[in-house]
Parts: sequence; structure tokens; C-alpha cells
Amino acid sequence: MFTAERVADAKDWIKGETGDWEVIIGLEVHAQVSSNSKLFSGSSTEYGSEPNSQVSLVDAGMPGMLPVVNEYCIEQAIKTGLGLNAKINLYSRFDRKNYFYVDLPQGYQISQFEHPIVGEGNIEILPIDSDGNTLDPVSVGIERLHLEQDAGKSVHDLSPDETYVDLNRCGVALMEIVSKPDMRSPEEASAYVDKLRGIVRALGTCDGDMEKGNLRADVNVSVRKPGGELGTRCEIKNVNSMRFIRQAINYEARRHIEILESGGSIDQETRLFDSLKGETRTMRSKEDAHDYRYFPDPDLLPLNIEQSYVDDLKAKLPELPDAIKSRFMDDYKLSEYDARILTADKIKSDFYEIVANGRDAKIAANWTMGDLFGALNKSGLDLNATPVSAKMLGELIDRISDNTISGKIAKSVFERMFNGEGNADEIIEAQGLKQVTDVGAISVIVDEVIANNKDQAQKAVANPKLLGFFVGQVMKATQGKANPQVVNKLLREKLGL
Amino acid sequence: MPLLTRAYVIMEFFVSNQKNVVNVEDVKKIARLSRLRVEDTELQSLADDLSGILGWIEQLNEVDVDKVEPMTSAVAMKSPMRKDIVSDGDKRDQILKNAPKKDDGFFVVPRSVE
Amino acid sequence: MTDLTKYTLNDALDAMNKGEFTSEELTTAHIKACENATKLNVFITSSFEHALEAAKNSDKRRAKGNIGLIEGAPLGVKDLFCTAGVKTTAGSKILDQFEPTYESSVTSNMNSQGMVMLGKLNLDEFAMGSSNETSAYGPVINPWKKDEKLVPGGSSGGSAAAVAADLCLGATATDTGGSIRQPASFTGTVGIKPTYGRCSRWGTVAFASSLDQAGPIAKTVKDAAILLQSMAGYDEKDSTSLNIPVPNWKTSCDKSIKGQKIGIPKEYMIDGMPRDIQLLWDQGIEWLKDSGAEIIPISLPHTKYALPAYYVVAPAEASSNLARYDGMRYGLRAEGSDLNDTYSRTRTMGFGDEVKRRIMIGTYVLSAGYYDAYYLRAQKVRARIVEDFENAWHKCDTILTPTAPSAPFTLGRKVVDPVEMYLNDIFTVTTNLAGLPGISIPAGLNQDGLPLGLQVIGKALDEDNVFATASALERAANFNLKPKKWWIE
Ligand SMILES: [Mg+2]
Ligand SMILES: [Zn+2]
Repeated sequence: MFTAERVADAKDWIKGETGDWEVIIGLEVHAQVSSNSKLFSGSSTEYGSEPNSQVSLVDAGMPGMLPVVNEYCIEQAIKTGLGLNAKINLYSRFDRKNYFYVDLPQGYQISQFEHPIVGEGNIEILPIDSDGNTLDPVSVGIERLHLEQDAGKSVHDLSPDETYVDLNRCGVALMEIVSKPDMRSPEEASAYVDKLRGIVRALGTCDGDMEKGNLRADVNVSVRKPGGELGTRCEIKNVNSMRFIRQAINYEARRHIEILESGGSIDQETRLFDSLKGETRTMRSKEDAHDYRYFPDPDLLPLNIEQSYVDDLKAKLPELPDAIKSRFMDDYKLSEYDARILTADKIKSDFYEIVANGRDAKIAANWTMGDLFGALNKSGLDLNATPVSAKMLGELIDRISDNTISGKIAKSVFERMFNGEGNADEIIEAQGLKQVTDVGAISVIVDEVIANNKDQAQKAVANPKLLGFFVGQVMKATQGKANPQVVNKLLREKLGL
Repeated sequence: MPLLTRAYVIMEFFVSNQKNVVNVEDVKKIARLSRLRVEDTELQSLADDLSGILGWIEQLNEVDVDKVEPMTSAVAMKSPMRKDIVSDGDKRDQILKNAPKKDDGFFVVPRSVE
Repeated sequence: MTDLTKYTLNDALDAMNKGEFTSEELTTAHIKACENATKLNVFITSSFEHALEAAKNSDKRRAKGNIGLIEGAPLGVKDLFCTAGVKTTAGSKILDQFEPTYESSVTSNMNSQGMVMLGKLNLDEFAMGSSNETSAYGPVINPWKKDEKLVPGGSSGGSAAAVAADLCLGATATDTGGSIRQPASFTGTVGIKPTYGRCSRWGTVAFASSLDQAGPIAKTVKDAAILLQSMAGYDEKDSTSLNIPVPNWKTSCDKSIKGQKIGIPKEYMIDGMPRDIQLLWDQGIEWLKDSGAEIIPISLPHTKYALPAYYVVAPAEASSNLARYDGMRYGLRAEGSDLNDTYSRTRTMGFGDEVKRRIMIGTYVLSAGYYDAYYLRAQKVRARIVEDFENAWHKCDTILTPTAPSAPFTLGRKVVDPVEMYLNDIFTVTTNLAGLPGISIPAGLNQDGLPLGLQVIGKALDEDNVFATASALERAANFNLKPKKWWIE
């Protein structure tokens, strides 16, 4: 079927009893289309409503009900395809995938089998190792993207011997994005999902919220001797965080290696990831799962899309993370690392651009990434919940460059801003942090400090490094408010340096 | 009843190429896929019936379908599309009205996991 | 006092317009007739009280000058159309207690044109059958004979028998492989299956989505035209619904067919065709010639393959369409030891043998390894059949054929061999595969005094010429025979 040509870097090889192994990973990501209504009905896609309150007769599979496709979902699939540098299929079709399950009212899922709306594409990912270092870029092939309906939700804990079914999610539009088996380490797999997430969020086609299950991955894992023949793969269903994706792959690869090395063989099967135990386990095999009896849905007509429509969408496509990143490196002269962090998603890059607007790009980057992201991280907040807005952070930087406060004082102003004590000017005013630039006033203090440290002052000419000591003493005496340039200048004069 | 006799003649003409296309194992498999119970005693006669029909259907192989596009719809037109507007839902009572068992706004069904 | 059930729909509407009687009187007369006809077993659910209420409301509307296309007409509805608040069973035990909260688009259109619904008419289970013997509610009896019980045809047997027995002025029906035309032929009534997409399928229990089409069964061609007009129309809830205006078909019935070219397909002259049927067909050709039409021999070379193609496509779609009847959200549930056991018990208990057989054929032809050989090939053969008609339309405007290869047969007689039953569809099924309109009109009796029908097939969307040709045949045949009302005690 396919050959996995690339051999993993030796550092990614997994040591076994019988030698090294490499892991081959492919992903099927289900991304919920950010639509108001469902793929084939007019009921709402809103999250977290009362059970069965967002269900139409169509979603519930009532007799005689018929699907009508949501044009917005078609548009989002095409946009996402374009974002994946993929071929848009002008002819595509919906098929029925037939199986019985309590969360599938029609007895079939409407999906796309033979003729998906998006064909082959390609994206470049930048894996990061556990120390946070960026590794070489890896190209990951996209096999296809197709549209399909989501299923309902089964609740098992309301009754010991029954299942409660809520069909609210039933019929919500999903884009299933299938990669080629081009990943060779857990880090590459999570970098891939991260990249996809960035793309759909930048396009606005999916909100990428993994916690709500709006983006979830089925992970296909197999192992082989480096460069050797491909092994049997297992599919781990519905893994819904980056960390779990890495854990599941690690566990599954180890499991395969242990079985193979003890002379066993791998059964091709579907598995579940138990996030509490960090293990995968066999899913109670859906009976006859291998015979879905796909055929074109006779209730729907094939989709015939005009090339001009695709061209139009392409022309209006928003700037994608990769493009923003290279623009940041070119225009703001940021390092690859800084640019990558600041373009990880649209909210971050938008934030940074406000902070950097008309200011020193490097200083803006340091404050955004170092101070703000650090503080957010520490308090477990998302950027969209930041107490310090881009405008506020920009004003703080302005107060440094106009010498109202020193960089050091700015750190404490930032801390107070983060705690909600107001904007930079309010805090500087309230705390009396305004820098002292009055040469006369500073001169008095400098004289005092020299008088108190006569011995050191005498040694200063011979040992100019002692200047730092004197600066420190002066700053201490002024609670950091003295203008450092003035302090330096005065000390040099008075110490004869 | 001359009409009936003649109809039987027609039938025999059509089913003359009957083969044993479907065996007992096939019947078991499709019964399972269809969620239908077939008693062991019925398996063989069902296999024979289905073989009869499918054997007769195999005459489709006589038709030259080279370069023929399969028909996917009886109407040749562009697929109509809906605007992305919430225009339905909020009818839980209607959805649950005919449910064999329901509780607290949910459908209640036999346990679907072990 | 005149028997109001003897009226045609068109005449009854005229008479009500002239104030000769009210809908309430008309409806009361029909309800009486229905109550006297329980032996025919045409109703699964009657809604006489609703009907009287509806008739009174209709009379009020009429008084205000608010008159719909079928204002105040007491009609029957095949129990495949979902009707809000009135049980809808599809002739199956699996939907025994199912009461829809919604109204099918077809019946909803008719309601807004003034329909008075008398009840839900019996049918073959899920419309699968040609004799009405697969209904879970017992077979419908053909009104045409007393001493020997005959089938009314199927699957719209209840609709056809009810119209033939003057229990309603007309009825809705559906046609997947001949289910409107064959029972019409078996009962001396008129039935038309319009072009696929004319009538919305929304709210009608699906059998085979790409073949199913609703239409009326009526006493005359003009009645059928009026009824179809009230049923048809674009529906945005059905993606296969045609977004084109509904013509005034009533006027098509008065159109001359002078100069029309009528095709006679040589492949429909099957070996061993009953003599009665051949004679009737020859007679039909003469009638059309006399009406000024030109008879053109044509060829539809893939006719032989229509039925096998149909018996792949229809069960395949049905196997999937009927998966939703699983006992989880509505309908029958037979509790089992676990989920899968409940599914199987429910479906095994809820479906009859014919339905189960078709689900299994459908499952087989779609299953891994067989899809290409059966389903894909059948859809390609179907494309060939469409081509046949395309070629024929270069030569002719409509096509004349018999409707069914036999007269109605004895109840219970033919269930023995499934393939034999299937042969009943040979003249009608091609139009379903190609999506074309086809009408059956009563044209004569066989040697046993049983009705026989002729079929007119038209180009897609050309119901106009179909009605015109059928009307010409109707005038020439002057078929005004009615069964003796033996069922009244
Ligand atoms: Mg998948
Ligand atoms: Zn999927």
C-alpha cells in the first residue's frame, strides 16, 4: 500500500533486547468544523447544552428524514485543504458507512469514502525535543481530508446496566484529516498535531479546542527495524491532548517491541488510550468492524465545485502560521526560535504585533515571551485570559524607553499589572516609582556613598570593576529610582574613572 | 389458469443459470451484519433462496459496461445547499416521544459497553 | 338520493363548487362506505373523526372563498407517509405504535390544498411486495371478485383497492418498482408515478431512496392529474427534489395527441406473454392510431437487465435505509440479553420475511468483495438503461406498454417463489431506474373478467404528454366497469 521511506534519526531509535527499532506513526485527526449548525441539519452545534435539546428529526434518524448539506462546512473543508497545500477535488461525494451503534441513529454515518473533498497535500513541521530545542524540519504528507458526521454521546454512569444516549453531537460536521505514515517519534506526532491546530485556528475553520473534543486524533502506530519492513499497525482511538498522544505512542511502541521480541506477532486492532494508567488497551472489537458496506448516499447529490470558487477562497485565505513566522523573521529580525514561539497560534502573533508596533521588536519579544508568557504559564492562564493586555504591555515598554522607569523597576510594575493593580502609569504614580533624573539630588547621594566607602573608592582607579559595586549602593539608597545613566556618569567623574 | 402457468415458464427461463453463490457461512455473516437472527434450520433454505436470486442477478455480467459511469443519482443537477443557520432542534419532547425507554431527557438503551 | 361515493374527484369538486353538496356530506358518505368495507382490509388506521372535523373546516373555508385544489375531498393516504399525530406503520410491526410528530411534505402539500384524510391505507411491509401480502396487518382484498380472493397488487394495494371500491375519491401511493402502476392495473384504477424529484420524499418512510417516488391512485386520468398537482412541488428539505414549477396538468388531459409519436419497444414483447395482455396492447396501439398518433417501433436493448439491476439497487439501499429500525429511539424493542441481542431480536421480530430477505440480499451485495460485482455493476447497467431511453426519445414522444404481465392473481398463491413474484415488475421497473414518469390506465378485462392496464411512459418532466396520451387511451377504452359491491353485508 505505502512504503515509509524516511528512516528515523538514530537518536529516535528505541533500544530493544534484539537491537534498535523505529516507530512509524500516521494520524487521523478529527477537527470539528466551526459551524453554527450541523453538517446535514439546522440544529445547533453549541457545546454543553441539555441532553437531546439540539437534535432535529434528521439527527435522530426519524423515518423519512433527509439530509441537506451545509454550504459553510463545504467552504471550511476547502479552506482547510488549501491551508494544507492540498489538492481540492472539484468532484466529491458522500457515502454511507453502515454499522449499528447506539450513538448512530441512522444506522450509518454519512462520510466520504471514494471521493473525498480534499486530496493529497503536505505540511512542514518543526519538532521540539524534551529540552525545548527545535529539531530539523520534517515534511509530513497529507493523504486526504474528508467531511463526515459526528456521532452522539453515550453516558454509562447513570445506570448500572443501561446506557443513556444524548444525540446533541450527532451530525456535527467533522473534517477527518488523514496523514501519511511520515512521523517517526512521539515529538514529531505532537508537533504535527500542533501544526494542524495552528493552521485550522488561523483559518478559523475549527477552534482547535482539544479539551472539548473539537480536535482529536486517532493514532496509527507500528514498529520496524530501522529502514526495514513495515510492521502491523494498531489504531489508538480518540486521543485528546498532545501529552496523551506522546504517551500513547511511547506505550504502544514499547508494547509492540516486547511482543515481537518475545516471538509474538501484532494483531491489527483498534485500541483505547487510558489516560489515567497511561496505557493502551484493546477496544471491545466492534463486531464486523471491517465490513462497513460503503456506498454513495442516494439521498444526496455529488458535490461539483467550480474552480473559480476555489480560487476565490484561496485569494481570501488569511495569513497562515508559516507565512507569519517568516514575516516575523524578516520584518522584526527575530530569531527562528522567537518567531516560532510567537506564531504558534493566531492569538499569540496578533498580541505580539500590537506590542511591537512602533517599538523595539526585540524588547517587545522579550517582554511578551519571557515575562508575560512566563507569568501566564505560572498561573495556568491562557493568553486570551491575560490580565495584561497587549496595549498595557506596550505602554510599560514605552515608560522604559522614555526613561520614566528603569528596566528593573519595570519588572515590579509588570508584576503589579499582572495582579490587576492598574496600568503602568497608574502603578508608577501610585507607588512613586518615577525615575530620579535630577543630577543635583543624585549627586548628593553619590557623595554620601563615596564618603561611606572610602577604602573601596581609593581602589576604584586600579580596579574599575568596583564601579558596579558603587552603582548598586546608589541604586539601593534610591530604591532603584535613580536614572542609571546619570548615576554612572556621576560616579565615573567622582571616582576619577 | 393459463396466466400463472406462463408466468412460471418465464421465471424458469430467467433462473436457468442458477448457481450456488451463497453458502451457509455467508448467510450467517450477512445475518450478523444486518442484526437479524436466522435459526440454524433456516440457514440452508435461505442460502438456496439467496443463491437463486443472486444467480439470476449474475446475468448483469453479460452487459458491456466498459467506460460507463455508474449512475449515482436519478436527477442530474447541482447539489442544493443549506445556509449555516440554526433553524432546528430544541424539540426534545418530539425527539423522545416514541422512545421505548427514556429518562431525564436521555434515550435509555441496553448497556453498550461491558 | 345519489350515491356520493360514485363521483369522480373532478366531478365532486365541481359539484361542491356549485353548492350541490358539502364536504361534510361527501365525507360522511365515504366514511359509511369505508365502515361497510372492512372485509377488504384497506385501512391500517382510520381517522374518521379527524376527517369529519376536517370536512367541516373545509366547508367553512369554502364559504369564505378559500378553495384549494382538492378542497374538501375525502382521500386515503398510504401508510408510508408520516402524518402528525396519526399512527404511521409502513405496514410493519416494527413501527406498530409509531406516532410521528411531523407531517410528510406530500401530505402537508395536500392538507394545504384542502385534503380530508380518511385514514392510513394498507400496503406491503415497507412497500416491499407486489401483492400486499407482506403487510403485517393482513392482506388487502381486491374488490374485483367475490368467490375467489384476489390480491390487489402492491405495494400500494390498499390505495388501489380503496379507490376501486369507491371508499375514497383518490389516494396517495408510492412507486419504487411499480408499486403505484401495478396495483392500479390490478384494480381498474389510474396510477401515475411522476418524474423522480417531482414529489418530495421528506417524511415518507424510505424503501430505496434513488427509486422511491410518490404519486396518486385515482378513478380517472384527470383525477390523477389534479391529485399529482396537489402533491408535487419543490422542497428544500429533500436534496433530490426538483426546483421547477408544477404545471397545470388538469389541462394536459384535454390536449390532442394528433401527430404524437408513440414508441412500441420490441423488448417488452417477452416470450410467453399471456395472450390477453398481447391483445390488450395491440388494442391500445389501434386506439392511439385512431387518435391521430403515429406508432414507431423502438428498441430498449437493456430491458432484460432492468429487473436484475433493480434487485441489486433496491435491496442495497433498503438494507441501509432500514438500519434505523433498531428499537433504540422509536418503534418496537424486543429486550435481549445485551445490546446486540436486543438489536437482533427487535429486528427479527419486527420485520416480516420479505423485508428480511431483501435486507439480506442488500447486505450481501454491498459487503466487502461483492460491491463492484453487484452494486457498482448494477449502477452501470442502470446508466445503460437510461441511455436506451435517451436514444428512444430521438424517435418518439411517449412509449406504450402493458402495465403488468398478468391480471390479479389468487391470494396466497404466489408467495411460494420469490423470483416469480419479482417478475411482476418487469414492465414498470425500467421507469424507476431511469427516473421517468409512467402512468397505468385501465384498458380492458381478461377472459376471467379481471381488469388489465396499459402503461404510458414519458420523457423526464414530460407528464404533460403522459397525461394527454393516457387521456386519449381512456376516452377510447371507455372503461367504466366497477366491481360489484359484494363486500357490503
Ligand atoms: Mg478514520
Ligand atoms: Zn472519521
